[in-house]
Amino acid sequence: MSQHALYLDFEFCTGCHSCEIACRNELGLPPDGFGIKVLEDRPRMNPDGKWNWNYIAYPTELCNLCEQRTEKGLLPACVQTCQAKVLEYGTIEECAAKLADKGSKATIFVP
Amino acid sequence: MTQPWKRQEGDETIFRTCAWSPPGCHPVGCGLQVHVKDGRVVKVEGDPEHPITKGSLCPRCLALTEYIYHPDRIIYPMKRAKEDRGKDKWERCSWDEATDLVANAANEIIEKYGAETIAVFGGTGREGNNWYPQWANLVFGTPNSIYAQAGWSCYGPRMTNTAFMMGGGYPEIDYAMKFPERYDDPRFVAPEVILLWGKEPLRSNPDGLYGHAVIEMMRRFGTKLICVDPRITWLGTRAEEILQVRPGTDTALAMAFIYVLAHDDLVDHDFIEKWTYGYDELIERVQEMPPSRAAEICGVPEEQIWRAARMYGKAKPSSVAWGLAVDENTNGAQLGMCLVALMTITGFLDAPGGTTLGMGDDQGNVVRDGGAIDSSEKVDDETDSTLALALKHGIMTPETWYTKRIGVDKYPCVGQVMWTAHPDEILKAFETDKPYKMHMAGFVSSNPIGTAISAEPQRWWKALKKLDFNFACDLFMNPTIMACCDVILPVASTIEHDGMVVTHYGLNASFYGAQNKCVQVGECKSDVEIMLEVGKKTYPEFWGRFEDDEAYNNFHVLRSWLPWETLRDNVVTMSNEPYYKYKEGKLRPDGQMGFPTQTGRVELYSYAYANFGEDPLPYYEPAAFGPDTMPDMMKEDYPFILTTGARRQEFFHSEHKQVPSLRQISPWPEVDLNPADAAEHGIEDGDWVEISSPYGAIRQKAKVTPTIKPGVVHAMHGFWYPEEDGEEPNLFGNWKSNINMLMPNSVNAKSGFGNTFKSMICNIKKVDSLGGPNEPDKIVLEASRQGEFEVQQVWRPVDGPVQDPVDYDKSIAD
Repeated sequence: MSQHALYLDFEFCTGCHSCEIACRNELGLPPDGFGIKVLEDRPRMNPDGKWNWNYIAYPTELCNLCEQRTEKGLLPACVQTCQAKVLEYGTIEECAAKLADKGSKATIFVP
Repeated sequence: MTQPWKRQEGDETIFRTCAWSPPGCHPVGCGLQVHVKDGRVVKVEGDPEHPITKGSLCPRCLALTEYIYHPDRIIYPMKRAKEDRGKDKWERCSWDEATDLVANAANEIIEKYGAETIAVFGGTGREGNNWYPQWANLVFGTPNSIYAQAGWSCYGPRMTNTAFMMGGGYPEIDYAMKFPERYDDPRFVAPEVILLWGKEPLRSNPDGLYGHAVIEMMRRFGTKLICVDPRITWLGTRAEEILQVRPGTDTALAMAFIYVLAHDDLVDHDFIEKWTYGYDELIERVQEMPPSRAAEICGVPEEQIWRAARMYGKAKPSSVAWGLAVDENTNGAQLGMCLVALMTITGFLDAPGGTTLGMGDDQGNVVRDGGAIDSSEKVDDETDSTLALALKHGIMTPETWYTKRIGVDKYPCVGQVMWTAHPDEILKAFETDKPYKMHMAGFVSSNPIGTAISAEPQRWWKALKKLDFNFACDLFMNPTIMACCDVILPVASTIEHDGMVVTHYGLNASFYGAQNKCVQVGECKSDVEIMLEVGKKTYPEFWGRFEDDEAYNNFHVLRSWLPWETLRDNVVTMSNEPYYKYKEGKLRPDGQMGFPTQTGRVELYSYAYANFGEDPLPYYEPAAFGPDTMPDMMKEDYPFILTTGARRQEFFHSEHKQVPSLRQISPWPEVDLNPADAAEHGIEDGDWVEISSPYGAIRQKAKVTPTIKPGVVHAMHGFWYPEEDGEEPNLFGNWKSNINMLMPNSVNAKSGFGNTFKSMICNIKKVDSLGGPNEPDKIVLEASRQGEFEVQQVWRPVDGPVQDPVDYDKSIAD
């Protein structure tokens, strides 16, 4: 079986922090524990006058890609709860295909 | 596969339910799956089968277990001796004793002084909104329910614009939210452009709009955005245009948008001809506001106004989302008039991908499928309004309603649309005992001494402390309860009681959602159960007919068209309301085509506003506090424009500060400063700063960011410190970072709506620490300087009739 990964379209990650708490609930972590963490590249203006302001939700060392959920056919907790629906789950190959489709401002994580 | 509302998986029972409140939230009705084991919630997650949220949830519901089982939560009724107000000397008591105390106090006061001397407060957006008018009118028989925000500056002004100009509930962007198949419904077309005016839907989920649907449509359909906001929000950085307007000048910009649409002929003449009234007068009026003039007033480049307005005008279809900035503005009625015009003259009102209308009325208490409500149907109890029931059952006399509701004689426009007293006026009544002395207050999920809605909360504090008896229905101790209540009745959260949630309180219903009871915590009861218990001790002849809350829910909430069991079993019942309701007679009570206005059309020239002494057409009027009205003061003492109230996903106004997972996202209150302004004042990111206005000074942490317009600061509202000493005078640090200490009351528009929350003046300076005041008397302006700030008195006269705005420069110079 191919290894699994998380795909993130960070053009539209809104930085809402929902994934952090859903993950915490799923893994039974304390309030200061993170299986996924939202990082912010704070806003600044590019030379062309456009804005650079991005959030990246990245899986930490505690992430197990929600094996206990996926084996029951459920989505990982962070993917299910993502309000912008920019986190997706699949095999590395499936995620790579999404990346190629998107073509910009996206990434894949293998925790 | 559709899961039932309740299922067993191993040793867990999983409930599907829709969220409203408590904890505080608007009626968005997000789908939850609540996992319960041994009678205790072990996990909350999203419900993938919910047609709107599809498994998504925001941090607040995800942290529900931390909230409902928080060690500080109040889970038993409590009482305290009146002389111990302000001290933490609460004592547990039984429900029977607690409700006896409330009912006996009320009965005595009604007998001695009259029911009108009792006031019932409600907080913004919460489920308690459905109940506080009922507590007032039906439990006590008083006309004085109160939403304590100065100028009723939330939703009410937009409701008024809607009611006066077109009816049809509350206009909302179309995101296929009424159809079971959502975006796949063949009737739906995605908006090409959404104009977000003073609104950040991702963080606010306002009143029923599921904000992230905007992202969904941007990704799926390429929907484009135009943002009007003094802040460049994250969403703004994904917009085609961001018009960074100077706070308080929006009306000028909106008039210029209409100017451009008319100038370039980007309007739907057929629609205008058939369905609107006063278009020519409107266009004549906006000739005074070409983009060149608006550019100067608003601080937005002229060419950007032309470009953005053309982009909006050319889009097919286009939609408008209007935000709170319309309400918290003394020129807001006129802004709302312009925005209603912008929704309308493009022809996309209630069209696919346009701005939808709703069919409900009466705050969701009357909801019907497939037709408007005929006024002749309002004859039996089931369809009677709260007021009609109170009058019919002799709980309140017509004389009490028509002559004792405070402030509506001065501001009949507010009295016409809202069901409450006028907030700024009733504050004066509490203080002066005129027109009569108030004796008692109840707080239904409302904390007016706190940090969310009340301007000059120090005045509310002093006013409410002196009443004979006060009680609260709430979940956590807060400054209002600690300072002035005698009894607390603990309320069940959204997952601890049965009920219904309808988006926009029924004014524009996407769906009817069931709130299903999953667990019992302590002895908490739902708002309805509490109301029944007290009601049976004040007016047993009316309340006695309801055996339990389900009987009441079926009677007064769900009415008979959707019985409770059906609602619960469905979890979500889509409204399936059609487009073009005005063509099908679904908006007017008489079932005729058109809109429920005097002319039957969308009144761009508003007879209703004219009837209340307002200009029937929009006009620009400078903010009460700003460079146009007090240039010298801004030069010398208060060089910044202050705007407040932007939402955070992790908090609902003053709530949620106790919840660890949420508080760690925003541990401190933040004030946004532009880097140039910060440098000039020697302030660095993360420094504590003092923010001061003519009314007071408080402290927040500097967030130095290029996304705020230079010369403007944005301060967070709602911050207090439940971890601090709760007794008076500190009251959980209520005064330290409370931005509303800087806001006046009684700076209202002619109509009585609007205030300064979005455009005040202020100064900033660096300080060492939070420190800050813990006694309100030490932060209000010293008496010697009060004379300089007569605006509050002269803007609209305190006791006289409403007059035209005065010349501030002149009156201050005099």
